[in-house]
Amino acid sequence: MNKLVLIAGGSTLVYAILALAMGVLPGIVLSGRTPGPGVEPLTALQAEGREVYVANGCSYCHTQQVRPLPQDKIYGRPSAPGDFAYQTPELLGSERTGPDLTNIGVRQPSAVWQYMHLYNPRAVVPESVMPAFDWMFEVVDHAPPGVTPIPLPKAYAPAVGVVVPTYAAKALLAYLLSLKQPPLPGDAGENGSAMPAMAMRSEAAASADNAGAAASTAPAESAAPPAGNGYDAAKGQTLFTANCAACHQATGDGLPGAFPALKGNAAVNDADATTHIRVVLHGLQGANVGGVIYSSPMPPFGDTLGDADIANIINYERSSWGNHGAPVTTQQVTVERAKGK
Amino acid sequence: MQAGVAAHHSSSLGEKDNWALASIFAAYTISATLWLLFATAVGVLLAYKFGAPDFGAGAWLTFGRLRPIHTNATFYGWASVALVGLAYYVAARSSRISLYSVKLAWIGLVLFNVAAAAGTVALDLGYNDGNLEYREWPWPIRLIFLAALVVTAWNLIGTVARRSTDDIYLSNWYTIGGVLWTCIIALVAILPWYQHGLGQVSVSGYYMHNAVGMWFTPLALGIFYYALPRLLSRPIYSYALGVFAFWTNLVFYPIIGAHHFLFSPLPWWLQTTAIVFSVAMLVPVWGGSANFLLTMRGRVRDLAHSYPLMFILVGVIGYLVGSTQGAVEAFRSLQEVWHLTNFTVGHSHLTMYGFVTFAIWGGVYALLPFATGKEPGQLGLMLHFWMAVVGSFIYVISLSIGGTIQGLNWKNGVPFIQSVVDMQAYHVWRGVGGSLMFLSHVVFAWNVWRMTHGRTAKAAPPVALPPGEPVT
Repeated sequence: MNKLVLIAGGSTLVYAILALAMGVLPGIVLSGRTPGPGVEPLTALQAEGREVYVANGCSYCHTQQVRPLPQDKIYGRPSAPGDFAYQTPELLGSERTGPDLTNIGVRQPSAVWQYMHLYNPRAVVPESVMPAFDWMFEVVDHAPPGVTPIPLPKAYAPAVGVVVPTYAAKALLAYLLSLKQPPLPGDAGENGSAMPAMAMRSEAAASADNAGAAASTAPAESAAPPAGNGYDAAKGQTLFTANCAACHQATGDGLPGAFPALKGNAAVNDADATTHIRVVLHGLQGANVGGVIYSSPMPPFGDTLGDADIANIINYERSSWGNHGAPVTTQQVTVERAKGK
Repeated sequence: MQAGVAAHHSSSLGEKDNWALASIFAAYTISATLWLLFATAVGVLLAYKFGAPDFGAGAWLTFGRLRPIHTNATFYGWASVALVGLAYYVAARSSRISLYSVKLAWIGLVLFNVAAAAGTVALDLGYNDGNLEYREWPWPIRLIFLAALVVTAWNLIGTVARRSTDDIYLSNWYTIGGVLWTCIIALVAILPWYQHGLGQVSVSGYYMHNAVGMWFTPLALGIFYYALPRLLSRPIYSYALGVFAFWTNLVFYPIIGAHHFLFSPLPWWLQTTAIVFSVAMLVPVWGGSANFLLTMRGRVRDLAHSYPLMFILVGVIGYLVGSTQGAVEAFRSLQEVWHLTNFTVGHSHLTMYGFVTFAIWGGVYALLPFATGKEPGQLGLMLHFWMAVVGSFIYVISLSIGGTIQGLNWKNGVPFIQSVVDMQAYHVWRGVGGSLMFLSHVVFAWNVWRMTHGRTAKAAPPVALPPGEPVT
């Protein structure tokens, strides 16, 4: 009997001590972390949306933790302990089958895009493997007053009627749009939270160059003429895919009724690139393109991308899909940025 | 259960005790097998969805609800129930005594199944306790699972306490320890008061790894320590090494949980401590693996002629390779590439499948025929073994390569969607491997049926050796 007490009791005692030290105590200490500056609790609707997020296991494919690594800079600044004060249950996640969502409210603020993407992700990102959450929407003959039906592409729209979000979808949208990183106190410089993001970007871009000769040889093969202004077609395409294609699409056609086309777009083909540069830098609200008003806001990219990257994107747009706008230089972007909003 | 009476035991135990023990063992194995079939059918559907995301539409079949159903059913329906059934058999046989309480064992089985069934339904209805991995069941359901653990611990201790041997055989150290420690893990995970925000992150790290390493690992090792000597009619290579591995595993394992959250806002020292002890885990892992391999030394011919031994050999290799990989993966330099990619999914299948599940199969094939006097057919054993080995090999290799590409893509700053596109081929291979694995489980179910309800074998156990208790 004594042996049993030693083995079962002794080992359990040792384990209990270790469980206290490695599980319970860190839990107690870290649970007391105070919220960082600007970190707010969720509203009732956003909190309900968070429950929808949990019930459907979104965090099995989407993390909510930005690591202090170059490859994570596209998601925002590194997560800080104070960011998680109101986050119970924690949703840091363990896999990125899809992108990190820590800052998705800033990175993709368009409700129309989010709804289309939830209804069927392939309507906006053809290569996506995310499930369709069409069961969070309903098909009605006519949208009730005050509700805008979701402008789905024909291939994804129901044959009859229009698609409107249910309460669950509205709550989930409210939660997703609430996911915004408040800037850390140290970053409140000229560019707000942009500084670390920009540093991260250029690092990532640099490592892309190092990774393969492809990045440097691609421009030569590309149809776009090297304009002698430092335009890098391959990098332009990469940046466009990462930042712009979700709305304007890889074809430059946009999505009718939701996101304007860049192909044949007046601002993109205008010899005076000022409007084009300013829209990319500062974003756009209630855009009027070719007489159509678009309700989706376009996010500003001045905070997250450097001048050279923005020039690359603009030149890519100006030289693709049959567009023939005059190329811009990094200096032009710098000048427009200096003018401010 | 109409399981037959053990034919080979010459101990002082009565026929009735033998029959009761065989019935318990058989019932746990059958129940576990049904959960294995369910959990891996869900797994195959999940794998399929990576190639056809619109297949299986609707809330009940959506990926995010099925994924925790797959992991929890595998953990708590399949592996836990199968391991407890084996632990009961090993405890009674190695102590040369009847089970302390047959009734408690049945109650435990019912509790395990009620918890797993209720947990599955709850998750599918969207009642998910915070997406906190492996503790997603709503807490009242996890309380039922805890009750099953307490019943099991009580019954195992009661059995070993009445042993007719002087020593407590090493297997029982691991199984009794594992069940008792897991009661603590379950309790720590359920209590809500100290788990908020970042505090909960640290508890998640602790729980995630301890639920695996202090539950499945010790119970599976307990099978190795009993089944290997029994199949080979030779004592374990070094009893002392087994004891050493027991204590080092106990002290090192609970400290490594934070390595699931490297580069997170958890305190840096906590992450570094976890990395250091992840590497220290090489001590019990290599010690234990060497012990098993040295026990098998020079017996290649027996191995080649015994599928139970082959299953155990794969299990030992899975333990060695999977755990060594885990130690290496914990380095920051490698986590930088592999963290959050499919590489981790490959690793978890290498360990939960290549190690734990193969250990269970080896144990069931080695011991269930002794208990029931019924044998599976050679063809069934062969089909199960090779489909499972080849299937899991394809699965792990494809996700390891694909995960590495994902991680390098991110590091090289290509657009995120490229990492999704580049995974497509590896997702297909994962589906192929997973389908083979599932088919092998169907054959396993057939083999279990043969071992519990088939015709009683006339003669030899799987390996020709004198029946009797293992050399302790």
